[in-house]
Amino acid sequence: MSGKILLEHIDVPGINTFDTYRKMGGYRSVEKALKTMSPEDVVEEVKKSGMRGRGGAGFPTGMKWSFLAKPVGVPRYLVCNADESEPGTFKDRYLMEKIPHGLIEGMITSSYALGANTSYIYIRGEYFYILRILEKAIAEAYANGFLGKNILGSGYDLDLYVHPGAGAYICGEETALLESLEGKRGNPRVKPPFPAIAGLYACPTVVNNVETIAAIAPIVNMGGDEYAKIGIGRSTGTKLISASGHINNPGIYEIELGLPVEEFIYSDKYCGGIKNNKKLKAVVAGGSSVPILPANLILKTANNEERLMSYESLSDGGFVSGTMLGSGGFIVYDEDSCIVRNTWNFARFYHHESCGQCSPCREGTGWMEKVLHRIEYGHGKLSDIDLLVEVSKKIEGNTICPLGDAAAWPVASAIRHFREEFEWHIKEATLSQSRNFGLLAAHPALVK
Amino acid sequence: MADKIKVTIDGQSVEVEPGTTILNAARQIGGDIVPPAMCYYSKLKGSGGKCRTCLVKVAQGSEKDPRPMPKLVASCQTQVMDGMVVENTTSPEVLEARKGVVEMLLINHPLDCPVCDQAGECDLQNLSFEHGASNSRYEFERRTFDKVDIGDKIQLHMNRCILCYRCVYTADQITEGRVHGVLNRGDQSEISTYISAAIDNDFSGNVIDVCPVGALTDKTFRFKNRVWFTKPVDAHRDCDHEKCSGKVVLWYKGEDVLRVTARKDQYGEVESFICNTCRFEKKATADWTIEGPRKIEDTSVISSNHYEMAHPLPIIEKNEVLIEANKKMFHKKIK
Repeated sequence: MSGKILLEHIDVPGINTFDTYRKMGGYRSVEKALKTMSPEDVVEEVKKSGMRGRGGAGFPTGMKWSFLAKPVGVPRYLVCNADESEPGTFKDRYLMEKIPHGLIEGMITSSYALGANTSYIYIRGEYFYILRILEKAIAEAYANGFLGKNILGSGYDLDLYVHPGAGAYICGEETALLESLEGKRGNPRVKPPFPAIAGLYACPTVVNNVETIAAIAPIVNMGGDEYAKIGIGRSTGTKLISASGHINNPGIYEIELGLPVEEFIYSDKYCGGIKNNKKLKAVVAGGSSVPILPANLILKTANNEERLMSYESLSDGGFVSGTMLGSGGFIVYDEDSCIVRNTWNFARFYHHESCGQCSPCREGTGWMEKVLHRIEYGHGKLSDIDLLVEVSKKIEGNTICPLGDAAAWPVASAIRHFREEFEWHIKEATLSQSRNFGLLAAHPALVK
Repeated sequence: MADKIKVTIDGQSVEVEPGTTILNAARQIGGDIVPPAMCYYSKLKGSGGKCRTCLVKVAQGSEKDPRPMPKLVASCQTQVMDGMVVENTTSPEVLEARKGVVEMLLINHPLDCPVCDQAGECDLQNLSFEHGASNSRYEFERRTFDKVDIGDKIQLHMNRCILCYRCVYTADQITEGRVHGVLNRGDQSEISTYISAAIDNDFSGNVIDVCPVGALTDKTFRFKNRVWFTKPVDAHRDCDHEKCSGKVVLWYKGEDVLRVTARKDQYGEVESFICNTCRFEKKATADWTIEGPRKIEDTSVISSNHYEMAHPLPIIEKNEVLIEANKKMFHKKIK
């Protein structure tokens, strides 16, 4: 098989229209679920599939669904998190832009499973053109009786809305997203209560990533057991990887989980190797917030086993020698890349995007950014390195939402694996400024 | 009523109602084991969880599920479970994290205590004295804002703000109609009224009392005196405002009332909110019925130097109640 599930029909011309999508077998899962299955059956299939959330945390979707509280007389909501803002991740954009009906089909089937009669797609503000695409697709679905009252004569009603954000990374955090959707300032809520108990408008709510919801349709079509056969171990199914950086073929790849990282980077089917035949220096495997890994640790684990593209294998070794699959933003750095500059760039992003609600993140992200800026521009001190490690430790785990962790991990991991480079930047301040001519030429020993 | 549940904090057990937070359970025990709180305010719904100074370690989740919680938790938000074991001052991890939080709170704070009206009764000052480091590792320019007058009685000094959101909740819940909130994001967030509107309602003065730092100050008291040179006296009047309790503290210097505030308990929370008339307009002794001296904790700088027989404050000589109290306090002190 081609190995593609979500992107199977991506190249069919006109797949963004209802008619073509339907012709290619679209909306089968809605028919199957609404006509032959109870909502509990659908949840059961998703549980069997073992699919884990594609937004970054990797929590099993079926399990998350089964936590949804079901008090009588209270509406339940499904909210699709399309606020894809993680630097290095751009898979949802592609999916929604090319196959908008794939997401809508998933939304209908999932809403049916969860008993939601109103569902929302919260899309990031910068994706305004995709909002138009989705609204057009939703209108088509309404016109063809897949949305609205009494869908396919089953007696199930569903209204689907798209809501744009205003350009804040923090609104990708599920409770901040719900606040924003309610029309408030996008500050993450203090948990508990979790959204499954009190989410949107204080009603039980499930928030899922675009890719997760889009994968519900194939799971229902092929059955959970069948889906679970794809992939490796507890990492079932396929995953969209947004590959970027110094590679020959950047882009979106749908891979079967369990693909060796080495094959993913060097095979012509995927990234096609490092650009200009340079050497691999480091990889950020799952979007900017996961720890960066040097070449030797991304290809092989600390135990010298082959590193695979799966939740377990990438996190093998914990944060000492591992990383996370995250949201699948795969950023590749060649031998000439400057890790200090890259780390500063990430720190700058998190400083800019911190919501400012809780003190360690509000103040700490700015502090780290300023120290990294100082090192990058040749005014650093050797004690700055330990200071950065300490500040990142003070932030990590002490904040309301995971943004604090996301800001701390890239800094801590870069120092953990590339401490010499930071030291070199500080000691050889003038030389390090000239690294545009190639780090290799300036300091060959730093390239592992 | 459901059965009470047992929780152990730093080795001391207490039985509390289900649904109580760890912080409130600790306050029922009292003493040194109570985690400090900069943003939580028991009288304001929804407050808390933001400053992270009240982080504690849950060493045992509950009787049924004895696993410890993986991260430090905000004690003002986490509800106790039966058999929960909490470590606050006994956990080095908690003290380390708290020290970190204090450091974070201070890096953009101007540290202008010598010219700040809040000095002497400032929660942040107390917190950093108790938990902070003696020097700062921050070597960059601090974020600054201009001072803003919000209304003719209150001044907003945003540089000092720690973004506890208490004044926002106060405006939401105590006054009618909130006109200020938080603008912008991250370390550029600021409390603001947007298009310079004034906070203009008859309960607005309470934001001064809930502010843990000197960000919101009383303009009628501004630069008049240091709080530790004034003598706090409990007093009340019949206020015709329906929501105002009329129970206040008068801060005397000589015979003059320099300022009027609500009464604060040992955790810095007001006992009852007062209206702007009581706070800003009534500054003559004749307006009030004096109850006696305000009890201030011995550790506070405000409690020093007020009780002497040789040269008592003029206001004390004129009031029977205060003369008696002064004698008692004096004898207690010299014992």
